[in-house]
Order: sequence, then C-alpha cells, then structure tokens
Amino acid sequence: MSWLVGIIALSAIALAAGLILGFAAIRFRVESDPIVEQIDGLLPQTQCGQCGYPGCRPYAEAIANGDELNKCPPGGQATIDQLADLLGREAKPLDEAHGEEAQKTVAVIREDECIGCTKCIQACPVDAILGAAKQMHTVIADECTGCDLCVEPCPVDCIDMVPVATKPERWKWQLDQIPVAVVDAGQNTATSAPSASKVS
Amino acid sequence: MAVEISATSKLWRFPGGIHPPERKAPANLNNIQRFPLPPMLFIPLHQHIGEDGELCVAVGDYVLKGQPLTIPGVNNGLPVHATTSGTITAIHEHPLNHPSGLTGLTVCLEPDGKEAWYPRQPLNNMDALSQREVLQHLQAMGIAGLGGAGFPTARKVAGAKNIDVLIINGVECEPYIASDDRLMREHAKEILAGSHILQKLTFAKQLVIAIEDNKPEAAAAFREAIEQFSVTADFSADGADPAGSAARTNRQPILKIVPTRYPSGGEKQLIQVLTGKQVPVRGLPADIGILMQNVATAYAVERAVNHGEPLLERVVTITGEAVKNPGTAWALLGTPIDYLLAQSGFKPGKKQRVIMGGPMMGFTVTNLQIPVIKTTNCVLAPTHKELTPPQAEMACIRCGACEIACPASLLPQQLQWLAKAQDYAGLKQHHLADCIECGACAYVCPSQIPLVQYYRQAKAEIREQTIEQQKSEIARQRFEARQARLEREKEERLEKHRKAAEARKAAQAARQSEATATEQDPVKAALARVKAKKAQQTAPAANTESPQGPAGSASQTTPEHKVDQKTDQKDAVAAAVARAKAKKAERDRLAQAENNNEAEKPIAAKNAPDHDKKDAVAAAVARAKAKKAERERLAQAENNASTTNTKGSDNG
Repeated sequence: MSWLVGIIALSAIALAAGLILGFAAIRFRVESDPIVEQIDGLLPQTQCGQCGYPGCRPYAEAIANGDELNKCPPGGQATIDQLADLLGREAKPLDEAHGEEAQKTVAVIREDECIGCTKCIQACPVDAILGAAKQMHTVIADECTGCDLCVEPCPVDCIDMVPVATKPERWKWQLDQIPVAVVDAGQNTATSAPSASKVS
Repeated sequence: MAVEISATSKLWRFPGGIHPPERKAPANLNNIQRFPLPPMLFIPLHQHIGEDGELCVAVGDYVLKGQPLTIPGVNNGLPVHATTSGTITAIHEHPLNHPSGLTGLTVCLEPDGKEAWYPRQPLNNMDALSQREVLQHLQAMGIAGLGGAGFPTARKVAGAKNIDVLIINGVECEPYIASDDRLMREHAKEILAGSHILQKLTFAKQLVIAIEDNKPEAAAAFREAIEQFSVTADFSADGADPAGSAARTNRQPILKIVPTRYPSGGEKQLIQVLTGKQVPVRGLPADIGILMQNVATAYAVERAVNHGEPLLERVVTITGEAVKNPGTAWALLGTPIDYLLAQSGFKPGKKQRVIMGGPMMGFTVTNLQIPVIKTTNCVLAPTHKELTPPQAEMACIRCGACEIACPASLLPQQLQWLAKAQDYAGLKQHHLADCIECGACAYVCPSQIPLVQYYRQAKAEIREQTIEQQKSEIARQRFEARQARLEREKEERLEKHRKAAEARKAAQAARQSEATATEQDPVKAALARVKAKKAQQTAPAANTESPQGPAGSASQTTPEHKVDQKTDQKDAVAAAVARAKAKKAERDRLAQAENNNEAEKPIAAKNAPDHDKKDAVAAAVARAKAKKAERERLAQAENNASTTNTKGSDNG
C-alpha cells in the first residue's frame, strides 16, 4: 500500500506544482525583450539590402528568428561581433556571398548627364536624392548611406559611388600611415611629402 | 559656494605631474622679432574649433590687411582675415597644420608689401555697448583661444554664466615654448587691459593672473603693470556692470605665482592649483564659476577692442638646436613654417624632424609648407641628440610610473590595455574622455610606450562610432519615414481611385437621368399634344392654355379633376406608345452610329440609358486604344531616330 500512497502523493505534488507554474507563467508574463529593436540598433542602417532582405529592420527580424549574423557587409566584422555578443551566438567571419566590407562611399550624380527620370529617387531608401521629373537630381551627401541602390536603376549611368574623404576632424590618428617629412642635411629647403602641392 | 582667491591664498596641488627639462633659455632671451613679409601666405579657412566660414573672395581679388576672407557660417564660426594686403593668387587644397597631414581649402595670398589696412573699427565706447555687441565684435575679429584648442572666445564667454573668477593663464608649462613669456614681458599692460575687457564681459568678480615661477621677468612686468593700473585707473567710473556685481567686483587684479610643474598650464590643473577644486567630469570650468583665458587671447582681445584689429598675427617660438637663432617672432597667420625656420637660420641635420608645438603635446609635421594658424605656438627643430625620436615600443612591465605621473588621476596602464583590446566600453568606464593628452605618462614610461597615441586613436574611434551611430539613427528614421510615406501614398492612391470610381458612378447616374429626361421629352410633348387636343374637345372655351409645357397642362388639370382621370389613362397609353417608338428610333440611331464607329462591344443593353452608357464607354476605349497605338508608333519612330534617349522618352 505504501507505494500507492507514494505515487498518489508525488502525483499530487506534481499537479500542484504544475498548476502554480502554469498560473505564474500567465500571471507574471514578462513582455519579451524587444530583441529586434536591439538588433536593428546595431545594424548600420544603410538599408542596402545586401543581406537579401529589403532593409535593416527586416534583416533584424530575420536574425531574431535565427538567421545568420554575418550577412551585413557595411557593418563588417565589428557589427558581427556586437550581434554575436548581444545574442550569445558565435561570431562568424563575414559571408563573402553578400559582399565585402568596403570603404564608406557616397553617391554622387554627374549632374550634367542626369536626364531627370526620378528612378534613383524611387530607389533611394532614405530619401537622400533631391529632384523632380525632367529636373536635374542631386544627392544630399550627408544623408547618403552609400547603399549603391541608386546606381543600378539609373538609365544613363550618371551616378558614381565616391569614397568618403577623411576630414581632419574625423581623422583617426593613424600616424603610421602618413609620410613624415624628413629634412635632409644637404639641402636647405624641405623635402615635402608626396601629397604636398607647392604653389608657384 | 563661490570661489574666492586672494593674493595670499593657499596654492594647491594637482595629482601627478612631471618636471621635464625646461629648455626655454635660448628662445626667451631676445625680444620678439618681426621678420620681413613672406613671399606667400597660405591662409586655411579652418583655423579653430567649429564650422568654417563661407568664402567671400575670389582668385585674383586684391585684399587689404584685415579684410575678412570668410563670412562666419552657422553655429558661431569664426571668420579668417587677410593678414596683409595683396592679391589672392589661388584658392585650393593645401597641407593643413594638422598631425594628419591632410589638405584643406586654403587661400594663397601674395603680399604686395604695402600693408594697406582695411578700415579698422575700434570700440571706443565699450561701456555703452551691451555684452552681446562686444562679443559680436570679437567674433567678427576672429578671436579664438590662443592657448591650445582654438575655441572661439566669444562663444566661450557667452556660454559662461555666473563667473566668480576670471583666470588669465600665463603658465606656459610646456618645455621650449616661450611665446607667452615674451608677450607678457613686453606687453603686460595690453594684456592687463584685455583682461579687464574680458572681466567686464564675463562680469567676473575677480581677475587672477597666473604665472609659473620660472618666469620671474614676466611676473615682474605684470607687477609693474598692475601697480600703474591701480594708480591711474578710476574704478568708480565703470558703468558696464550691473550695480550689484559692480559693488562686489574687485577690480584689482591678483597675481599668482604657481610652482613649475608640467602640466600646470592645463585648464583643469591650473584651476586645481589655484582653488583646490576640480572641474566636474564632462563639465566645464564655468560650472564651478571659473573662466580661463590665455594671456595671448587677452592681448588679442585688447587689439580687437581698442584698435579694431582682427586676429592677424601671433607670437611663435622658433627653437631647437637645429636652429641657429632661436627666438620668438610675430608671425602672420598663414606664414609657412619653412619661412620662419629659414629666417631663424635652420640647419637641418640628418633625418631632421620638425615638431609643431612643444615636445610633449606637439606633432611631427609632414610638410614644411604648412602655415602658422591661430593655435600655433611653437615650431621646434630639435637635433637627434637633443630630442631622441620615439624608440621601439617595449612590453609594459606594469611599473605604475604612468599612474603616478597622470595629472587627471586616470589609470594610464589600464587604459592602454583596454585601448589595445579595443574595449571602448571599458575605456569609457575608465574615463578616457578626461585624458588631456598631456603626454606625462608616455614621458615617464620606461618601456617607451606611446601611450597618448593609443588614447588618441581610441578617442578617435569612440568619436567615430558615436558619429556613425548618430548617422545610422538618422538613416533609420529617414528610412522609416519613407516607408510610412510610401504606405500613405499607396493609401491615398487607393482612396483617389475609389473617389474617381464614385465620381464616375455619379456621372453615370447623372447621364442616365439626363438620358431619360431627353427620352421623355418627346413623350411629354406627345402627351401635351394629346392633352391639348382633349382640352380643346372638352373645353373649347379655355383655348388660351399653352400646349407646350407639362407644367401648363398640370395646372390645367386641377380644376377639372374628374374628367382628367379618364383622359389620364388614355394619355398614359399614348405616352407608352410614344416611349416605345422613341426607344426604337433611338436604338436604330445608336446601331447605325455603332456601325460607323466600329465599336467592339455588341449591344446587350436591356434599357436605353444603360445601353447609352456602355456605348459611350466602348467609344472611349476605342479612342484610348487608337491614341496608344499612335503613341507607340511615334515612340518607335523616335527609337529608331535616336538610340541614346530611348529610356528617357519612355519615362517622359
């Protein structure tokens, strides 16, 4: 008989515990952390679609649903690392199939060649191109994310992706990358770095 | 609690600090020289913190000394001025006075040697002007802080409220540099006058002049100037201050001699030495009631206010053992440093380095054509022996010397590890932003680790990340705004289509009713005719009634209601017959018209109005098709004519 009592008692405890847990799961339900928001915050927001999704937010949703982290070339390894950190997943190297981590660029329209077709305006995901039908278009450089999406639709191929020039204010102190002028003993005037332009 | 400093008040200590060899001696012995005009001046548009102004001169223009070259743009930027009279020969990219060696837009000015001045407008009645007007004048004169970063003075003063103490910084703690020293020795009176102008502008209760104890001559010059000032000046005549603060203001400047220790000239360090208080993290000295200005800035303010001279020149120390005649000189902004070196007898050795600034905080220049700008205080050409170039970095031995030397109480060693690991969150936690990049840690490091270089790179990276984050946030907002707009436009389009459909329906209904009306016309006419006939038969006397309108016949029917009931029945029959006839006639007519129009749709209408509408639609469709065919034909013709514009014409 004692074994029966044991079974009954254990079953009763299990049932009670199950009820408590079930109740707690409903009563103290924690609204799930908006992980998509956090992932979206880490993505570079170029909206370039190189990951195969139409924008950064759709990719963030896809990552939250288990997609790979390494499909974002504009973000590069830094973004992959941050995402891996956030999600507790393994950081993989960038998936080459989606493109390579390239220098930051900005779109520039060769304005005298623009025919005013508005196709690039429709393609720009961040509304960074100004213009109207049959009017010249131009890119607002500060708002351009360098996503490349406007290059393809242009019927006259008048859009160039130009690397962003480093400004002194945003220079990163790469001292090893600049030629330091060395003044020779032999000559009195300075030999200057190749970039120097002497004005006559 | 208000900060108060008296002539005898205690001096405090900032943590850390070092005593590098001063080596000011040869340069600070002689008076400030004035070299002949250089053959060419390179005036960069960006010489200070903040936005560049907008260029307002063109190549080929003749400009006068002090003429503005730029108009200050947004955010209280500063203008730059032509530093002498001459012709602008070019405006192009020129190497900047910046460690990066990058180029920037620069005005090339060829002096004509006449030094012809642009009209100067000194503020003779400064007391009658508001603070804002004086600050606007200082901004127009291009006055920036000449001590270090080149922060626009007007903005610094305007942003400072409730200032207790104005400190004029004459410490100049970095080795070799003697520019401020010489300026103080020779122009103490003007500096004092400029300091008083600044004191008036800031409503500071006290004016303190701080000088390091290794510059006794400068201190003596100031003592004399202050004595003269207190004898001659009439304080009670001052009306610029609000009455309350005027009473509390002690106009007598206080001279404080601080012990020599690098970097006591740093803003935060000097405040700590003088008051014992620390500037809060991420705060400004103004938060604890203190404003600091450099002596050279005070001098420039005096020139701008009392003489109407913009900031055109500054004292530059040209020193180092590779220079034969080290000393200080008034250099016009834009003077290329190779000219200054050549004038001082520069004898370059093997692998000669030229350093812009001092040995602690300066940088090795990449190009000797770079110009003197508002923040240039020293050009240093040391020999190899004198200042050994940086050696190969060795491993950190965790000796902790850097932590003892750090004047900002940071942990340089820890920061170094974190910077190497690119742990930017950790760097922020360890207050990397509070590092003043004084170089004391790297100076004491036995392993020759270029610590400051690591911090600078990390700071730049953090700044870059912040900028990128802001940009990506903006991009996200723009993307979302665009998505919302597209959604809205789609909805609007659907709404428009719905409305158009409704309008079409309404128009159709209107047409239908119109059609029935026109159809009924002959019926009514016939009805009226019949009625008239009847009326004539039944009542020949009343033949004056008009047979034209149904209204007339209706009015006619009322008096003889009973008779009309019968006639009405007959009328109805007649009307039906007429309607049927009219319908048939109409159908015949339409059928014929349809044949003529080669309409596609067969007539399947059951009643006339619907039928009528369908016909109209069919005609419209046919018209549209013909139009399209015509257009296509034209387009094809155009295609054949010019192949380049194909895609464009499609879109047009």
